[in-house]
Amino acid sequence: MIKNSGKMLLALASVAVVAGCASPVKLDKPVEVEKKDVQTTTTTTTPDTGKSTVATTDQSSKLNAPITLDRVIYFDFDSYAVKDEFRPIVEAHANLLKQNSSAKEVAEGHTDERGGSEYNLALGQKRAEAVVQQMKVLGVGDSQLEAVSYGKERPAVDGHDESAWAKNRRVELRSK
Amino acid sequence: MWPRRQALRALGASLALPALTPAFAQFRVEIKGTGATQIPIVLGRFRDEDRQPQSISAIVRADLERSGVFRIVDGPAPADENGLPDYNTLRARGADAVVAGSASRLADGRIDVRFRLWDVVKGADQGGQSEPSLPVDLRLAAHHVSDQIYQKLTGERGIFSTRIAYVTKAPGKFTLRITDADGENIQPALIDNEPIISPSWSPDGSELAYVTFHDKKAKVVIRNVRQGSIREVASFRGSNSAPSFSPDGRTLAVTLSKDGGSHVYLMDRSGANVRRFTDSTGIDTEAKFSPDGASVYFVSDRGGGPQIYRQPVAGGAAQRVTFSGAYNISPALSPDGKLLAYISRGSGFKVMVMNLGTGDAQAISDTNDDESPSFAPNSRYIIYATKANGRDVLMTSLTDGKGKATLIESGLDIREPVWGPYGR
Repeated sequence: MIKNSGKMLLALASVAVVAGCASPVKLDKPVEVEKKDVQTTTTTTTPDTGKSTVATTDQSSKLNAPITLDRVIYFDFDSYAVKDEFRPIVEAHANLLKQNSSAKEVAEGHTDERGGSEYNLALGQKRAEAVVQQMKVLGVGDSQLEAVSYGKERPAVDGHDESAWAKNRRVELRSK
Repeated sequence: MWPRRQALRALGASLALPALTPAFAQFRVEIKGTGATQIPIVLGRFRDEDRQPQSISAIVRADLERSGVFRIVDGPAPADENGLPDYNTLRARGADAVVAGSASRLADGRIDVRFRLWDVVKGADQGGQSEPSLPVDLRLAAHHVSDQIYQKLTGERGIFSTRIAYVTKAPGKFTLRITDADGENIQPALIDNEPIISPSWSPDGSELAYVTFHDKKAKVVIRNVRQGSIREVASFRGSNSAPSFSPDGRTLAVTLSKDGGSHVYLMDRSGANVRRFTDSTGIDTEAKFSPDGASVYFVSDRGGGPQIYRQPVAGGAAQRVTFSGAYNISPALSPDGKLLAYISRGSGFKVMVMNLGTGDAQAISDTNDDESPSFAPNSRYIIYATKANGRDVLMTSLTDGKGKATLIESGLDIREPVWGPYGR
């Protein structure tokens, strides 16, 4: 135990020394998180209902869809076209968002590992935007959707053959 | 008159990226290829260096030896920078130059690193320097000595004091790291569970821009290397990526998807004054300024597959630069303005180097999984990421493909190298 803390001390000391200035180099500082607006609702009580009355506000979203939705759409190589077989998923999510105008989703685009990081980031972005576009055509509001991309940086499956690549070319829909 | 410059030109297969590593360094530099004509030099131990945390002469010796330009020979060196060389014996030993110095502690705790170089053939003092250094900067002071010896004897600027930033990936952990050019003194700058990509040095080396996915989408952040302070410069709707500084450091090119698709925008270094730069119906990304700051090279698939284009900053149409192959990405410009390196996909992914004057391009690697080429500030070397023997490595090469050296990180995926500027 003493050995480990000694090593830790040495590591910390060498970080401080190596920084070459009064304060040590910060290794990991959280990036600013976007602040989200807190939703507030007002409720009113009707007069003469007595001191024991409690006003009720229902903020829950009313779901018609099942609790767990399929949320992954797969793509062909070098393609960002949403195939017919995935339309039901797009429609289910679109319905969810149309029923609750305060709900938001992010479409996250991904590619397989082949090719450069930045170009693949842009390809993943195209896939995400294609899904978002379909949902907007179905009537979802622009402010409820954001298209982002991870490019090839976050594969769902490790592997270097077509069966792995096919599972990585995808868009994931997640609640924001 | 001895052929210093010819020695350098005849470098051929020899390699100018230095370093051997002590056992605990994570980073191992292997040198392949032998030198052509080399300058024989005697390098004395620096007086009092044994009392200091680093052996100056050992670092200088490693730099000079592994540059491929020098051959260290045995011979009598003066005791320090104030001594007189025994020219007769040195000439008898075949030496053309001799270096001596000292590393003494000053009253304020700094260490005064001093050296002098003598031309043995002429029997003349070539000058020297004194550099008081904090103990933490001793390796840097030694690299400065190497740079000066290199410049005095070859007429070219040395790159021994430069650094390289790169990213490693372990399961669930990404680290942005900075290494000295000799593979020593590796320091982590940022550790995260989410990906880090596209590091880019500011022209003065004080900052690194990069893309972080810390908030579950791509954002561009600029980090002060010494202090660790960060500022977010691009976090618009959608993805923000591919940062690149203009040569005067005042402008940043970035790829934004805030208006739909991915296009190149320019902004002030502060993140203000965002204006759209490329105009196409396809993807535009990976912008890099030309060394004169007048143009931006970038990747666009407006013509079908991704190709490299060049567009004037002051306004005007984009012109296509790459015409061979269906997929060309990741442009890098040599600081002397003569060369363009990029990645071309054929049966595999290979680093190409194009002579911008003639338009001729050649593949410089014998591997098939190359990524992210970057030039050294003296425009003589390229570093890139590739796979060798199934492992991810960083490889350096002369710009004609000769003199390759492998940088090996034990067990980790290593990628996105970018060579930092002079001036440290």
